[in-house]
Amino acid sequence: MGLEAKLRGDGFFVTKLDAVVAWARKNSVYPMPMGISCCAIEMMAAADPKYDIARFGSEVMRFTPRQCDLMIVAGTVTYKMSHVVKKIYDQMPDPKWVIAMGACTSSGGMYRSYSVVQGIDQFLPVDIYVGGCPPRPDNLLNALIQIQDKIGRTRARDFQNLKLPELNVIQNN
Amino acid sequence: MELKELISQKLKDNFPQAELDFSEFRNEFNVKFNKKFVNPICKFLREDSELEFLLCEDVTAVDWAKRKNRFTVVYHIFSLKHNFRLVLKADVDESDCAIDTVSSVWKTSNWQERETYDMYGIKFNNHPDLRRIYMPEEFEYYPLRKEFPLLGIPGSLPLPKK
Amino acid sequence: MDRLTKDDVHPKILQKLLEDTDITVEDALENEMILNMGPQHPATHGVLRLLLRLDGETVIGCVPDVGYLHRGYEKMAENMSYYEFIPHTDRLDYISPMANNVAWVLAVEKLAGIEVPVRAQYIRMMIAELARIASHLVAIGSFAMDVGALTVLLWTFREREKILDIWDILCGARFTNSYTRIGGVANDAQPEALAKAKWFVDQLDGNLAECERLLNTNRIFIERLDGIGVISKEDALSYGYTGPNLRASGVEFDLRRATPYLQYDKVDFKIPTFTEGDCLARYFVRADEVRESAKIIRQVLQLMPQGEIKANLPKSVLPQKVEVYSKMEELIHDFMIVNFGINPPVGEVYHAIEGSKGELGFYLVSKGEGHPWKCKIRSPSFIHIQSLPHLVKGRMISDIVAIIGSIDPVMGEADK
Repeated sequence: MGLEAKLRGDGFFVTKLDAVVAWARKNSVYPMPMGISCCAIEMMAAADPKYDIARFGSEVMRFTPRQCDLMIVAGTVTYKMSHVVKKIYDQMPDPKWVIAMGACTSSGGMYRSYSVVQGIDQFLPVDIYVGGCPPRPDNLLNALIQIQDKIGRTRARDFQNLKLPELNVIQNN
Repeated sequence: MELKELISQKLKDNFPQAELDFSEFRNEFNVKFNKKFVNPICKFLREDSELEFLLCEDVTAVDWAKRKNRFTVVYHIFSLKHNFRLVLKADVDESDCAIDTVSSVWKTSNWQERETYDMYGIKFNNHPDLRRIYMPEEFEYYPLRKEFPLLGIPGSLPLPKK
Repeated sequence: MDRLTKDDVHPKILQKLLEDTDITVEDALENEMILNMGPQHPATHGVLRLLLRLDGETVIGCVPDVGYLHRGYEKMAENMSYYEFIPHTDRLDYISPMANNVAWVLAVEKLAGIEVPVRAQYIRMMIAELARIASHLVAIGSFAMDVGALTVLLWTFREREKILDIWDILCGARFTNSYTRIGGVANDAQPEALAKAKWFVDQLDGNLAECERLLNTNRIFIERLDGIGVISKEDALSYGYTGPNLRASGVEFDLRRATPYLQYDKVDFKIPTFTEGDCLARYFVRADEVRESAKIIRQVLQLMPQGEIKANLPKSVLPQKVEVYSKMEELIHDFMIVNFGINPPVGEVYHAIEGSKGELGFYLVSKGEGHPWKCKIRSPSFIHIQSLPHLVKGRMISDIVAIIGSIDPVMGEADK
């Protein structure tokens, strides 16, 4: 991220370097499973031998945020838990992406009550929303493939030393 | 049948001034009494060698939303010896919203009473650790009371900044 | 991330921070530490937060903090009809979803006084036992993973996928399927699903024996669990234990025998009981219960009669969709039931079933309207987590992980 970020312009060498780096980044996405409730079980089912998630490069589900780049929020987020989710999101190093898995994280789901946050995009920037209650493991793998496409289109100059709000805008276009 | 009569006879003999009231619905035996006698009645039911109500299944409360005797605290206890379930009820008024704890009789009612306090605001006297259990500590309202709206009161629970 | 200011910190914490003026420790031998085993942790089976007071590696005290998944079920139940709440009951104990459906409709049918036809009762028994097997497989798998045996988790999940396939054929959803209805079940069990269930229980014994070969004589597994988290019979009853945890402490109590519901008095099964009350006993109880459930399913598949699957009460039971679209009376009944709900008589009822974690009970108060006046969910995981401080006192941190796994809490149920 240091040297190639200094290279600007769209010449042959820079775009090829960008493509190689993006290819490496997208085929080794390490998910951080924020498994809170029922969707976590379908996420575990996406990791079991039948719907193998390891064949897409997400071999390990690290439970420490410092080593991951994709956060899969799976389960209903309540107001009490939202502070914890935000703290863990802040602990992840850049570049990072977020999948909102299930109906509860996308919009509050079937819980229109006093203690459920109606969609995690009220406090987190989200890249992919996966519908379903819970989404089938195939659905989650589809979301992972779309995130990989999105990562494949990034360029090195997106990740320069920018202030945080600008980084949000570029990453979420 | 004899078990229900045995229980009502024993309770009437030992606690004559407790204003006992027996009823039955769908094959369940309900006993209603004055809330001051909660602790002695529960202790008696647990330690009596013929009855042995060792398992306390549930402690909860009902909000009737009327002026007098607004809440009823309900206990479900189970006797493994006879495979029999008994329902105990005690009325609590909103002005004097407190009742004695039974956590000295069954240890499981500790958290059940904390949950009832969190949801309804009924205080339990002599409880070892009465504080909120589901909602955050600073929450000011009691969610399961009938006047609390389902969607909550905006601003009562904080959200992190984006 | 912006820097924290005075306004972000809670006033009580701010006051404590201002009072604590030096970093010295009064007593040179004081080495107690307060550690937060936070809500996000790979080993806590969901969002359970434990505050531990440690002396080195030994636990002196523990305070569990629940409520991170409190979704407000009981308040929502007061605002929706009995039918609308069936999908919500799925998400309570989300590892054995069918059993919660069965518990809810049994409680409502007891309140309304509805009789269910026999074939529907047998189908409900079969799905409840399949749910119990699924839940115990996950419990054994994740428990073994916590202790260190990672392979067993993948093998038990492979078995669980077969159960999810059976449910997929039966009702269309692999997971959180709202299959039961008030008065019966949603649709008839297809012969394909029944054949697959029979095939599954026949090959389950071999695969389970394969997993047990890795664990039962493994010295590390046994030394890690033997004598850990012991609870005596009197303490277990006082703390309100039910289900496999109580049966591992020596009390032979099973709600399917004590207060039989559905057709459990017609099938024959043993109740596995162990007397030691430690983590290893709880693991053995669960492994034996999987075999007993397989036995029950075999008998149910033999005894299941042909017949209807929904009771014939037009005012309370939803009619078939074919008739709704073609006949007038059924259309009116469908409209009334969906919009205004069934109206059970005024009264209160408590019904409990033997769920896979313990006694799952619903307490319903009805004032004659279409929605309940109050609904209380008696969840076994909530009761079991309460006893954690008693079990972990004096143990080490790695034992806490084994103890939580053996108690097998599910936070969706504990936090409601």
